[in-house]
Amino acid sequence: MKRVGIAGQENSHHSSDFTLSSKAKYRFYPGKVSINFILFLLLIGVLITSLFMGRYPVDPVTVVIIVVSGILERIGDMIANITGVKIAFFWSIPHTWSVIVNTVVWDVRLPRAVAVVLAGSGLAVSGATYQGVFRNPLVSESILGVSAGAGVGAALAILMDQGTGVIQLSAFVFGLLAVSITFAISRVYRSNPTLVLVLAGIIVGGLFSAVISLLKFVADPYSKLPDIVFWLMGSFAKASTANFILIIPVILIAMLVIVLLRWHLNVISMGDEEARSLGIDTKLFRPVVIVCSTLLTAAAVCIGGVIGWVGLIIPHISRMLVGPDHKDMIIASILLGGSYLLAVDTLCRTLTSVEIPISIVTSILGAPMFLYLLYKAKKAWS
Amino acid sequence: MMCARLEVKNATFSYDGKRNIFEDISFSVDSGDVFCILGPNGTGKSTLLRCLCNLYPLNAGNILIDGLDISSYSPKKLAKKIGFIPQIHTPTFPYSVLQVVMMGRTPHLNTFASPSNRDREIALEALRTVNIEHIWDKPYTELSGGQMQLVLMARVLAQEPEILLLDEPTSHLDVGNQIYTIKMIRKLSQKGLALVMTSHFPDHTFLSSSKVGIMKDRKFLAMGPAEVVVTEENLQDAYGVPIKIVHIDGEIKRKIAVPVVKD
Repeated sequence: MKRVGIAGQENSHHSSDFTLSSKAKYRFYPGKVSINFILFLLLIGVLITSLFMGRYPVDPVTVVIIVVSGILERIGDMIANITGVKIAFFWSIPHTWSVIVNTVVWDVRLPRAVAVVLAGSGLAVSGATYQGVFRNPLVSESILGVSAGAGVGAALAILMDQGTGVIQLSAFVFGLLAVSITFAISRVYRSNPTLVLVLAGIIVGGLFSAVISLLKFVADPYSKLPDIVFWLMGSFAKASTANFILIIPVILIAMLVIVLLRWHLNVISMGDEEARSLGIDTKLFRPVVIVCSTLLTAAAVCIGGVIGWVGLIIPHISRMLVGPDHKDMIIASILLGGSYLLAVDTLCRTLTSVEIPISIVTSILGAPMFLYLLYKAKKAWS
Repeated sequence: MMCARLEVKNATFSYDGKRNIFEDISFSVDSGDVFCILGPNGTGKSTLLRCLCNLYPLNAGNILIDGLDISSYSPKKLAKKIGFIPQIHTPTFPYSVLQVVMMGRTPHLNTFASPSNRDREIALEALRTVNIEHIWDKPYTELSGGQMQLVLMARVLAQEPEILLLDEPTSHLDVGNQIYTIKMIRKLSQKGLALVMTSHFPDHTFLSSSKVGIMKDRKFLAMGPAEVVVTEENLQDAYGVPIKIVHIDGEIKRKIAVPVVKD
């Protein structure tokens, strides 16, 4: 059908405030692309810093060489595996560093850094997505009860004397279980699905928190209780490749789906009715996006325990940096969430001789940051 | 066989399955028509409008668009046929005007895609059409009610539908913006769109509508051309207060409807 246009611009009363500044280039937030690029450089910077910081000193240049050569060697191995020919690649870098240094950087610090970055990005994206879908800038990634559920799963596994792998799996499964219950409750009431879902999340979160308290109460106060408490305060000390390698695809796929759908989050944040009248199948779109965010949160929590504030604050900072358009904002959240959590985790393991639980630091930093953001963004919300 | 652009046959709707909001309603709207639904608060005018774009499915009856039942359209296909301008409300996030207008391109986009430069051009053209190009980068949340209404108009133009539903487009607007909106509605109908709108202003039907339906007690009390339907008797029946209709000559040269208030 022909485009509907109206010939002959009407000389309305609106034209009085017409200015020639509309000749501007119609670009929003000049330099928004470069802000995301700067955030990418920031992530790389934080990553390198986190690899050379720690009790075992390694200089930054060596760190970069170890990582680059490690990646190239893995690529070489892969090619050798596929083609069956082992070739000495020209990029093979002679190991001029000790085995210990190699182990510290490649086997200890790098897997942990990758886990932290994925968890931080996941929490931030999932918070950003929830805020968009629920049209509320004050919801965070734990709104549907996933953190409380994961806490129950982890506490149960700890009580049953299970190893790290089982604790993580149990946390993941119970996190998803809690959100499923939230969904089931919300299905009972058919009016205003978004509001009912949030309320159901509060109910389920409350219930599962009570179960956590019960499990803490019955736990052996000398052996089990400290483990539960420490898990709930969050830590990446036990994040090793073997454990979280299964979680990586979950995080990457869920994140990819949200990245692909990110522009449509703008439309859904205008409200269900409006989104549907604009052609979005909200009955399909909303659950898909919520399930992906939930998977991201559950995955992050099962690697690092309950980590507060990241999913609330990072989306706000991203919005401040690149504007409210989810097309840019989601990317900024990924980059900033990863950098932020990795910086915090690096502080946690280097500040004192004993590692500080990460959630303590994210909360101490998060509360005043949020206060500042509320103050700054007051105008945009009112 | 020629079929009307939008045809409603014996439509009945109820939220709870017990109490019908409206029942057995039939009408049809063609290209170039402006069908205005009048009626007191709470008669289900807005509900009817939402049924017309399948936000709520009917309990009985059919809604046909170009001869096909509305339920056979996918949300995307339907949004290319029908545009809906809801009552203005302030969204949570301070999207810019152009971003809001680009949302109108949603049904034309691949689910995994973002708007292209062409979509942006179409959105800008829509802004030019409603004369608000100069506020393209203002946050939508900071606009006045009149400007928001125009942005939503621009958004629906960017959507390029064939049928346009407007929920009380003139409420919350000052007189100047009301008349501006009515002029826009007239122009859109001249361009070949079929329009259905709800209104609280019987007087406006003389300015813009080719067809009027007065809703009361789950049904249309009267339906037809504004000249025939908008009578003192029908308005008294619908609103419960005496309303006078007088013809004014001279510069105005039209009928006007004014409520009569006696102490």
